[in-house]
Amino acid sequence: MQYRVLIVDDSKLARMVMASAFRRVRPDWTLVETANGGEALAAISGGGVDIALIDFNMPEIDGLELVATIRKTHPGMPVAIVSANVQHEIIGRARELNAGFIPKPLTDEALAAFLSGATLRLKKVTP
Amino acid sequence: MTVAALIASDALSEIEQDALAEIANMGVSRAANSLRQMVGEQVLLSVPAVKIVTREAASKLVERNNAKKLVAVQQSFEGPFAGRALLIFPEAQSLELVRSIVGDQHSLEDVIDLEQEALAETGNIILNGCLATIANVLQRTMRMSLPSIVRGDGAALFEVEGPVSAEQFVLFLYIDFNIKERDVHGFIALLMDLPSIAALKEIVNEFISAIEKQPSGHVG
Repeated sequence: MQYRVLIVDDSKLARMVMASAFRRVRPDWTLVETANGGEALAAISGGGVDIALIDFNMPEIDGLELVATIRKTHPGMPVAIVSANVQHEIIGRARELNAGFIPKPLTDEALAAFLSGATLRLKKVTP
Repeated sequence: MTVAALIASDALSEIEQDALAEIANMGVSRAANSLRQMVGEQVLLSVPAVKIVTREAASKLVERNNAKKLVAVQQSFEGPFAGRALLIFPEAQSLELVRSIVGDQHSLEDVIDLEQEALAETGNIILNGCLATIANVLQRTMRMSLPSIVRGDGAALFEVEGPVSAEQFVLFLYIDFNIKERDVHGFIALLMDLPSIAALKEIVNEFISAIEKQPSGHVG
């Protein structure tokens, strides 16, 4: 099964790193890149986004605020915060929003592990 | 209160200084590990130094052995104590650092195009990792700003001529790093103003007494 993954990060380099990791771990999935919360919400409301990977430290809306907004309309969408801000409080708040946490620098292993879990959750929803 | 009196009341004892260096070391080690993952090469670290110095003295310390033209990624942090974290290196090495991160397959034009982005994101990962680890060790929460890039000499980086005077004392924590296989070296510096030092002292003392209570004396 191929999924569409939304990437939200204000850094172009971070999006390049993410795209390069996807080419190794899930080469056939489709990526949608956005640079901020507003673009991300527009992409999600346009439909077709299955999974979202969201940077925490972004201008205007931070990643956790964005997840909270996404949760209002998409309570079950697999979502992860991707950040070097590994403070327990940030990881805890992600968990409270039923979101995963992937530390930066991104590793293929951490990305693949989250995506495997996300795939299982999506299969349960649409058997 | 005079500056001298402030310093006296906020001076760090030997054990406080030692604990701060150790906590900074944990943060910077995580940062070095992040940098290592990004460049794929070994990153060597110096022993961290903790000093209460003027901004001007701090600016001279980073210029030591370095070209005067520096580039830094800076992030401010706020919480129980506040300050700025900087990832600093000689400007001449900035492209080499970017190249080591984006890969040697990119052309010089690409590397120049990506420089600003790559520096900001690299700084973000390294400084966030460092600050977040320190916050976790001290069991506190800190908010970090978005990264910004500053170019100039040590005085420009530490705002010696800014709204605060050159004589203003700061807590200056710094550590050298060196990417072994490349001609890239730099500093990670944390800068805190005096009001934050008192708050930090208290938290560090809590940390020290928590360690003393542990029977094995094991530090996280």
